Amino acid sequence: SVPVEKWNGPDRKIEFLHGTTTLAFKFQHGVIVAVDSRATAGSYIASQTVKKVIEINPYLLGTMAGGAADCSFWERLLARQCRVYELRNKERISVAAASKLLANMVYQYKGMGLSMGTMVCGWDKTGPGLYYVDSEGNRVCGDLFAVGSGSMYAYGIVDSGLKQKDLTVEEACDLGRRAIYQATYRDAYSGGQVNLYHVHSEGWTRVSQSDVLMLHQQYQAEKA
Amino acid sequence: MEYLIGIQGQDFVLVAADNIAANSIIQMKQDQDKMFKLSDKILLLCVGEAGDTVQFAEYIQKNIQLYKMRNGYELSPKAAANFTRKNLADYLRSRTPYHVNLLLAGFDETDGPGLYYMDHLSALAKAPFAAHGYGAYLTLSILDRYYRPDLTRDEAVDLLKKCVEELNKRFILNLPSFTVRLIDTEGIHDLEKLMPVGAKLLAPAPSS
Repeated sequence: SVPVEKWNGPDRKIEFLHGTTTLAFKFQHGVIVAVDSRATAGSYIASQTVKKVIEINPYLLGTMAGGAADCSFWERLLARQCRVYELRNKERISVAAASKLLANMVYQYKGMGLSMGTMVCGWDKTGPGLYYVDSEGNRVCGDLFAVGSGSMYAYGIVDSGLKQKDLTVEEACDLGRRAIYQATYRDAYSGGQVNLYHVHSEGWTRVSQSDVLMLHQQYQAEKA
Repeated sequence: MEYLIGIQGQDFVLVAADNIAANSIIQMKQDQDKMFKLSDKILLLCVGEAGDTVQFAEYIQKNIQLYKMRNGYELSPKAAANFTRKNLADYLRSRTPYHVNLLLAGFDETDGPGLYYMDHLSALAKAPFAAHGYGAYLTLSILDRYYRPDLTRDEAVDLLKKCVEELNKRFILNLPSFTVRLIDTEGIHDLEKLMPVGAKLLAPAPSS
């Protein structure tokens, strides 16, 4: 296992995606999941077109923040475990159980250098579900999470936007999109496109992919 | 950052824990329950490193329940506390120690109420009152000054309120709400959440 002092020194392994903004929030009609698409290696932008939402199964989504390999590998493994659960129990796995499986898997590797901050979002028989799970061992249920270097900027937008109750699906999508845009504006390590998903009782739907620079033009025009 | 407090009375134990789940400087959740029910009359309050808290507390919880299934009767609070301490101690000098601070509160039919303080170095002490976290520095003196062994339930709650108000006044972090529970001969009772005046609580998101 890597000692903590080595985590920031010259021996540190290159880690993509530490810079990122991902968010998810519950509202009246389900869960909105919005992410950016930039991958950085130090100050180099490695990619502007990364898919940071992992489609675990047709009704479960996972977001990616931290190490790309860690996120996609473990969530792919989670998809496998969810399928096994379905086969054994003849019913879909709940979001709580899926997130617990993931949390327990990565807890075994605590302190060994895994970097993963993910939100498990889905819809099960208790309604919309949203859990934050990370490689430190955190597993928290909630109504709103933002993860990544741009998360604080995103929190600002979503917290103020959610104050007005009862958003429609379109308003919620706009809020998610706006929050990621604002985060990419301020955070150097977030950018590219905003990928937006909506989770509802029938599963998840890919709502939109919007380039952040186009959104910038659009919002500037609206302001005028 | 996190705060736990316990006060033992003549025939009850009052415990409270803050509700914030934080990640560096962000509050991720404002209604986190940090108490784990070990049995009908035993509560384990657990704070510390992310992951370790839930994993360790659930491990102890399941083992206490297993003991009951195997033997037909439950571990007493004193036995449960010693079992917990032993587990902490066994893992302390391993590669994966549990970095958790605990309060175990319980009611025993023969011994009465009991409050046990445990820390990440596997210390164990039975105490009339105890607290964990930075908040403890601010509140232990209040407990020293005003605690009496013959406190009634209401007086204990008032003493708890004094402590929480002090935190609200002097503690740099905003702790807007506290889960409060009381254990007596009848079991575990949920009391009203303590929300000190002036502390800001995030409005809950609307949900269907």
